[in-house]
Amino acid sequence: MNWAGVYAIWQREMLTFFREKPRIVSAVANPILWLLAFGGGLGSSVVIPGVEDYSQYIFAGILMQTFLFSSIFYGAYLVWDRRIDLLKAILVTPLSRSSIFLGKVLGGVTFSLVEAAIILVFGVVIGIHYTVLSVFLTLLMVAVAAAGLTAVGLTIGSFMTSPEGFQLITTFVIFPLFFLSGALYPLGDLNIYLATLSGINPLSYIVDVLRSILIGLQYFGTLENIIIIVSFTLIANIIGIQAFKRMRA
Amino acid sequence: MPVVETFNLTKKYGKLTAVENLNISIDEGEVFGLLGPNGAGKTTIIKMLATLLEPTSGTAKVNGFDVLAQPEKVRESIGIIFQEPSSDELLTGYENIKLYAMMYGIPKAQISSGIREALELVELSDRKDDLVKHYSGGMRRRLEIARSLIHKPKVLFLDEPTLGLDPRGREKMWNYIVRLVKELKMTVLLTTHYMEEADSLANRIGIIDRGKIVVLDSPRALKKSLGGDLVTIRGAETSRVDELRKLGFVRDIKQDGSETRISVEDVGENLQQILKVAGKIDSVEVRNTTLNDVFLRWAGRTIEDEGESGWFEKIVQESVEKA
Repeated sequence: MNWAGVYAIWQREMLTFFREKPRIVSAVANPILWLLAFGGGLGSSVVIPGVEDYSQYIFAGILMQTFLFSSIFYGAYLVWDRRIDLLKAILVTPLSRSSIFLGKVLGGVTFSLVEAAIILVFGVVIGIHYTVLSVFLTLLMVAVAAAGLTAVGLTIGSFMTSPEGFQLITTFVIFPLFFLSGALYPLGDLNIYLATLSGINPLSYIVDVLRSILIGLQYFGTLENIIIIVSFTLIANIIGIQAFKRMRA
Repeated sequence: MPVVETFNLTKKYGKLTAVENLNISIDEGEVFGLLGPNGAGKTTIIKMLATLLEPTSGTAKVNGFDVLAQPEKVRESIGIIFQEPSSDELLTGYENIKLYAMMYGIPKAQISSGIREALELVELSDRKDDLVKHYSGGMRRRLEIARSLIHKPKVLFLDEPTLGLDPRGREKMWNYIVRLVKELKMTVLLTTHYMEEADSLANRIGIIDRGKIVVLDSPRALKKSLGGDLVTIRGAETSRVDELRKLGFVRDIKQDGSETRISVEDVGENLQQILKVAGKIDSVEVRNTTLNDVFLRWAGRTIEDEGESGWFEKIVQESVEKA
């Protein structure tokens, strides 16, 4: 691993990210809208046992949604770099493909942390109470999960040939995973089909662990959550590195 | 020792052969030009030499390293400029080069002095802190030259370096390339579909068409080989054309529809006799040989015939549309 090179890739992502202000604004404005309009609206007529405030209940889910979208799209954006010759210029340096991959994943993780931090601040408005430990654990889990999701995005991006496929990813990957993750409703009362789909969805465990840290509600076991999230991230990165090595320049 | 050497280098896409049994050898300090229409296989060759694309068969050596066995070593020792701009628009010129220097593992202490030198060479020092999106097309190209020099490569691949530049930008770019070769003693492999570019820059030119080198020599020798000058007559009778073939000073005759192209050793001396033998014709045109004629002679058509996208891209595009 060439660490100076990994750092260079990461730094490039940071410099471009913070110069594209509209990207950050839209990334955090959308979830805030969900919390206020969807959470406030649906919450006025929906009662979930053991939950006082619906907005607080979906807070972990919306937090996950924020970095779910940004991580996967950040990775899939690779197709854009490949279309212009930007990526080719990087691939022709002595830097190994796994170093480039790692630099990109670290970039995706950093974006997710920045976005998560902004959403967490907004959480105060809807009455979430934090401790130093809960903020630390939340950000830690966001980092681990975002590393896996970014790797999924990069894998998709390495196969995609045109940006037109973004719509397909949203429809067939992101939304189904999001809806079946328990982000918006409890998984306890689902029928067997939906419950099975939710059970094999890694996002369910991400939402669950975040919700347990933030408002103390949880469905799966803590150890189960952590093992599944860490395994998901490891496997996604191993697959991603292989996909990167095979990617045509 | 040759700096670039290919051994039956071949690239196939399914049934299509993009590059076929290429054997070229480029010496140190040489500017070698690959001249051919778009889609002739020039970029595919460069990509294989830069280890971005694996050959279907055959191999190549760059700076003594095999592209298949030692790709990292090859990448360390080459600089490359792609057809499309490859600088990050949201970074400054300085940042662009700095990040690449880090990827090449250049020690921190040497980075800033290296960038300064490279930027001075391409005369971009005063714009180094501007975002690349405010650069003109020519400036972006120059920035890419500076970037490709940061790790002091021995060989530079330039893929259509002046594509999309205006005539002034093109001339400026040529001057930089000449300077690189003179001052840094670099070996350059250049692809182009501009005749003047190949003519004025390259020591040797390989004319490439449909994946194959059809002829390879210095621009001067190539032009000379056509016999100096070209006389084009239109509307001559076939029997008369056969008579023309028998003339001693006629080097070569090509018939293209009603057009007859005659390569002549010394047109001033012999034009009168050509016209006498040709008899009644519609028109005559006399021209000194250019590389265009060389291309026409060897590829059987002009370089512009293929339009903007070449035969290869067209076929690929059609097959994609069908699928």
